[in-house]
Amino acid sequence: MLAVAAAAKRGAFALDVRFHLPTPGVAALFGRSGCGKSTVVNAIAGLLKPDVGRIEHDGTVLLDTRRQIDVPPEERRMGYVFQDARLFPHLSVAGNLRYAERRAAGRPYVSLDTVTGLLDLGALMDRRTHQLSGGERQRVAIGRALLTQPRLLLLDEPLAALDGARREEVLPYLESLRDRLAVPMVYVTHDFDEVLRLATHIVLMESGTVIAHGEVAEMSLDPHLRSLIGPDQVGAIIDGAVAGFDSASGLTKVRVGRDGELRVQAKDLAVGTPLRVQILARDVIVSTQIPERLSVRNCLAGFVTGIQDDDPGSDLITIDIGGAAIMARITKAATRELSLAPKTKAWALVKSVSLRGHSFAVRTPAVAAPTATSAASPGA
Amino acid sequence: MWLTADESEALRLSLSIATRSVALNLPAAILIAWILTRVRFVGRTLLDAVVHLPLVLPPVVVGYALLVLFGTRGFLGSWLQKIFGIELVFTTNGAALATAVMSFPLMVRAMRISLENVDRGLEDAARTLGARAADRFATVTLPLMLPGIIAGVITAFSAALGEFGAVITFASNIPGETRTLPLALYTALQSPGGEHAAARLAGLSLGLGLGGLLLSEWFSRRARRMLGR
Repeated sequence: MLAVAAAAKRGAFALDVRFHLPTPGVAALFGRSGCGKSTVVNAIAGLLKPDVGRIEHDGTVLLDTRRQIDVPPEERRMGYVFQDARLFPHLSVAGNLRYAERRAAGRPYVSLDTVTGLLDLGALMDRRTHQLSGGERQRVAIGRALLTQPRLLLLDEPLAALDGARREEVLPYLESLRDRLAVPMVYVTHDFDEVLRLATHIVLMESGTVIAHGEVAEMSLDPHLRSLIGPDQVGAIIDGAVAGFDSASGLTKVRVGRDGELRVQAKDLAVGTPLRVQILARDVIVSTQIPERLSVRNCLAGFVTGIQDDDPGSDLITIDIGGAAIMARITKAATRELSLAPKTKAWALVKSVSLRGHSFAVRTPAVAAPTATSAASPGA
Repeated sequence: MWLTADESEALRLSLSIATRSVALNLPAAILIAWILTRVRFVGRTLLDAVVHLPLVLPPVVVGYALLVLFGTRGFLGSWLQKIFGIELVFTTNGAALATAVMSFPLMVRAMRISLENVDRGLEDAARTLGARAADRFATVTLPLMLPGIIAGVITAFSAALGEFGAVITFASNIPGETRTLPLALYTALQSPGGEHAAARLAGLSLGLGLGGLLLSEWFSRRARRMLGR
């Protein structure tokens, strides 16, 4: 577990955060630019010393201002991927990787070969760093950080400087690190798409403080998130697993919660494959009787568990479908007409065609790569 | 060769003295440049001024100050003689010391500029990769300063070849010992019929200076390309 408590004042900016995250896992520090996300990561790395604070990782105290413990960054073993990569310009790609490898001698569990293989760096090894594209630079920076054999990988908006296509070049590598090496990550971003693709946990930040934190599924229902991502992105995120393929409809069946089932557009996924589905609130229709003769492929029975005010004209209805929560945005008039209230029996209707594309992401690391030893073993 | 024996002796001596002065200055200049750029302390401005003093003082004054400090009866001079048996006044090493003091600010300036351009973020990155202070300095800061170090060394070397006032005051004008190119040129001008020798020595100095500047430019361009700038 990573436990962070830190307070610092720098001019007009005040930081005061407190949160804890299970490891392994990928925690997204999410918030607007300038809300203090990078400051938190710098404090974890030791590059910034909070005025008051305590940082502990899996039983090792890295900072405790009260007991005057402050492990210097060079001994913290925090792999740091900076937004601007910060590769050494006087060294080649191989030189940059070996720089990290040499200084982590004696505790290797991820070898140079594993890293070059995972990140496809083989062809880049002899290049000078200024000959690399933005995406390549970040891959090298990620590889270099991994070779410090880090307790945690800290990534400070690693994709922010890249355009859409370049971003798409790097994201799959981050996913495979999470799933194959089970490296715990703290990932700073202001892009919700990246959160959806990578994170297992979200720490929501606003003007120097943590306003909410928790698992992605739970946080996807949190009202605080709404103001940050805008009404169109609001929707439940559900981590499920492939239950089978319905060849008649060409849709993949995904088991969610205890006994819910979603049908989504996807092919060639083995049964059991973890899948993440985002169901946007604006795409969900609510009914209080069993709907018949509809084109909608997903009709999930459940109970209303919450009604929140959305904008002046609409409500967000949370419906529990066999252990997973779905959120629907409907007009206040509809809420009244259907007499929706907590415990009302309801059916949530979602078109399968609206569940695709980015809605999918591989879930938390299930198995560690064979190279991983106890140093990085996934606790669960 | 069209140089006389005395003139080649002066050339050899100039090169030797310039080399010694650069070797003496190099570590100190890197240290002082680092302190002036990176350390905030009371008296930093004073240190800065003292380092730059030789640029604004008449060289004779520097030579005189060295005589007072390093002369046989001087505070440091008598000490050096007693402990190490080193004599500086009227010796080649003395000329190198005078030259070193005069060219020191040139070296510090060049290194300081390049150190100010070193991205501190890269040093932070090295820290997270497990590099301690000395390691970081040797493997990141120093290589990134390289263009400035090269520029500083070559500029200081070229200037050292031509140092006159401080050398003649502190180390005198002894053939084969402290008579460098400019001193030989001066001597030639003082003696009847020395015009040809003076012209040759002046041409030689010009060539050396120009060569030095071109070399410096070439090296720093190479170093910058290596750093991808």
